[in-house]
Amino acid sequence: MRSRNDFKENFIHGIFFILGLITVGCVLLITVYLVISGIPAIRRIGLLKFLFGKTWKSTAQQPQFGILPFILTSVYGTAGAILLGVPVGFFTAVYLAKMAPPAIKSIVSSAVSLLAGIPSVVYGLVGMLVLVPAIRRIFHIPDGSSLLAAVIVLAVMILPSIVNVSITALEAVPKEYEDASFALGATPTETYFKVSVPAAKSGIAAAVVLGVGRAIGEAMAVMMVSGNAPNMPRLFESVRFLTTAVASEMSYSSGLQQQALFSIALVLLLFIMMINVTLNFFLKKGTDEK
Amino acid sequence: MKRKAYILMMQSLMILSAVITCGLVLFLVIYVLVKGLPNITWEMLSGKPSYLSQTIGILPDILNTLYIIIAALVVVIPLGAGAAVYLTEYAQNRKIISLIEYAAETLSGIPSIIYGLVGMLFFCSFLNMQTSLLAGALTLVIMNLPTVMRTTQESLKTVPQSYREGGFGLGAGKWRVIRTVVLPGCIDGIITGCILSVGRILGESAALLFTAGFAHALNGFFEGLGSAGATLTVALYVYAKERGEFGVAFAIAAILMMLTLLIDLLAALVGKYFKKRRSL
Repeated sequence: MRSRNDFKENFIHGIFFILGLITVGCVLLITVYLVISGIPAIRRIGLLKFLFGKTWKSTAQQPQFGILPFILTSVYGTAGAILLGVPVGFFTAVYLAKMAPPAIKSIVSSAVSLLAGIPSVVYGLVGMLVLVPAIRRIFHIPDGSSLLAAVIVLAVMILPSIVNVSITALEAVPKEYEDASFALGATPTETYFKVSVPAAKSGIAAAVVLGVGRAIGEAMAVMMVSGNAPNMPRLFESVRFLTTAVASEMSYSSGLQQQALFSIALVLLLFIMMINVTLNFFLKKGTDEK
Repeated sequence: MKRKAYILMMQSLMILSAVITCGLVLFLVIYVLVKGLPNITWEMLSGKPSYLSQTIGILPDILNTLYIIIAALVVVIPLGAGAAVYLTEYAQNRKIISLIEYAAETLSGIPSIIYGLVGMLFFCSFLNMQTSLLAGALTLVIMNLPTVMRTTQESLKTVPQSYREGGFGLGAGKWRVIRTVVLPGCIDGIITGCILSVGRILGESAALLFTAGFAHALNGFFEGLGSAGATLTVALYVYAKERGEFGVAFAIAAILMMLTLLIDLLAALVGKYFKKRRSL
């Protein structure tokens, strides 16, 4: 009887152990699959030619596979989104975490969580029909589908991540710090910006890094507003991101072209991995400081 | 004087930012609803697209979305909840725990387009499922695993240790304690995980483009899982970007927007309900 029970318990333990390891399995699956399918094209094209080539002509007679335009577009687009989105997100977070009256706080917080829930294709649709024509009219260019449109859409899309993570960090600042500052005669606004924000700086940095990850990985919304031509990035020109390069050609690609798309995905995954490591660094630093 | 100017500036920046954030949300919601709601007709909701009569119907897309949500939840909940139970109840080795948690964090950072690619390679080609709703649903399972795992784990942590000890004290084995004491206590985490996953599946498009495809055929549940089909978001993309049918696209966007609002509300209500029940 005893041993039968033991067997049953061990068996169940084993099942849960396998379930526990399933996330690890998925990460391995994704990495291994992308590496295996991404390496052949890089080897055939040549790593330097692939990463630093300036022309992408995948369907030409003499196909050229240079993804520098995509890499730079992704980097510039993300930087632009951070530049626009972070200040708005940061000040909103400080306001919500510290200054806002409870009623306003609950309204604005639910607005932010709604922003996070809106599907990316809806952002893309509104961007296509509002933002793109507006850019065309304001800057007098033939087509408004451009890097600028993508930057603005991305800035809105990363706002919720930045606000939410920053609020968590700001709310974790010990109340004693702020009390000490009040006792020294600082006003609330001074205290929050000169004491609370520096104390929460790792968390806020993590929020920014998370925003970078979101922006660089977004595909559909960007695809709908950025025009999708493989140009070197310019603010008012049609551009193609790493994500949209994969998405736009996948459905009709084959052979070396398809393998090259897997290689692009592999490059994207490397970017994301680097961002993850940075994110963990800041998050860990944040908990160590407490 | 300088101090006053600083305070004034910071305060106005804060208010301005909050107003911008709220203004954006209001604009998006109102714009989409105003442009979309008038385009929703019963013919559109109840039919399928037909080239003969030049009509567009989104019933197949609504059903496909429903099928994918059901299929993904059925798989992801046992897996995610099981992983959470392992982490909080069984695991003792610190290294394994941090490895699993690190893997979950990595998964939640991977962009959906990469899920789409790997889903296409693994489920559609390697496991030979072709482009089908099932392949799409399984891809979404991997995507939503960290969410379900995290919410379950958080609610498992709130089950008091004394409950478990009480169970062991009465002579119950580990599995019996988990089944009868721990799991019923974490039902709120599982439900929250479900709601969040539904929201994410509803909004997902990049991962489904190459795994579930974009067909608009009207199918039953099991038949549907085996064949390709577009969800609402994918249909929106196709109608807006490739066919230029903005009326239909906005109608779908309005439906998605209302569902998003509903899910947000539901998540808040569920959270409140369980918080109240717990404090009793």
